[in-house]
Amino acid sequence: MRLISLHAYLSPIFVLLLCFISSSANSAIDTFEFDSTEQEQLFHDLSKKLRCPKCQNQNISDSNAQLAKDLRNKTYELVKQGKNEEQVVDYMVARFGNFVRYDPPMTPATIFLWLGPLLFILLGFYFLYGQIKKQNKPEQQLDLQEAKRLQKILGKKTAADEKLKQGSKK
Amino acid sequence: MANTRKIITLSVPLIIFFVVCFFLFKGLYSDPRKLDSALIGKSVPEFTLQDIYNPEKQYDASIFKGQKMLLNVWATWCPTCYAEHKFLNELAGQGIYIIGMNYKDNRPKAIKWLTDLKDPYQISLFDKNGMLGLDLGVYGAPETYLIDSKGIIQYRHVGALNEKNWRNTVLPLFNEME
Repeated sequence: MRLISLHAYLSPIFVLLLCFISSSANSAIDTFEFDSTEQEQLFHDLSKKLRCPKCQNQNISDSNAQLAKDLRNKTYELVKQGKNEEQVVDYMVARFGNFVRYDPPMTPATIFLWLGPLLFILLGFYFLYGQIKKQNKPEQQLDLQEAKRLQKILGKKTAADEKLKQGSKK
Repeated sequence: MANTRKIITLSVPLIIFFVVCFFLFKGLYSDPRKLDSALIGKSVPEFTLQDIYNPEKQYDASIFKGQKMLLNVWATWCPTCYAEHKFLNELAGQGIYIIGMNYKDNRPKAIKWLTDLKDPYQISLFDKNGMLGLDLGVYGAPETYLIDSKGIIQYRHVGALNEKNWRNTVLPLFNEME
């Protein structure tokens, strides 16, 4: 009995501890001190937004690579100097290219990402429009050659009919 | 008339399919770890760094002007650099001007490396904190930059230089530079 009650007391604490473990495992542990909470928030936002050039698909907060550590330090330094988000991102892009950004800017190379879907939608509407137009047409028009051929066939038939009629009269 | 239009309309999806195939196929053989340098067409960033042998001696970005050259980023902690070193010696033997940048390393170890393995560099910079490395956008050693006589970066090769990639890719670009 006593053991169970102890367990009941301890389990919430245990769960709470687990929470701490998982949150700290998310980012590499560094100790940085900031002048204000805004700066701290900015630093955390930036280290999640910047991509580590060495490790393909981790942000610099996630990665334990030496380079990610250097970039974290540099980001801290720049934030501490009072640089804003855009300035820090520009600083990194000037050195490592747009690869360090997780949201790509609109450039001639990436314009298709924005225009591509739009293009497909427009193409779809064009196709739809064509289909509807086709259905609404009561009868398909014949082009000149087809019309002539039809006339010829019909003409022959009517001539034959008449001959038949005449023959039956006789 | 009606037939050709039909053929054209029907072939559009086929053409799109082939275009997509082309890009996917190309993607199979491209290495996502190779990034183009953001500094291509720009001059080497400003810096002040010590000579690896002599802490008293300092260099700045003016050493990259006057002739075309290679800037090789290396470190003793980098096994690929070890594999590359022999080939760099060969290039130096052919009269190619190479500046070495020892990146985030230990000075005595680096000097021992250069003494034991032969030194292919005309000038050896010691970038202990990786400051110039960061400004150059170095993300892994070894990296080799092609710099023209005006000090403008024209190309970056990531990974070891060897006979094959030198002959096929880097040398033609190097010859093209002024």
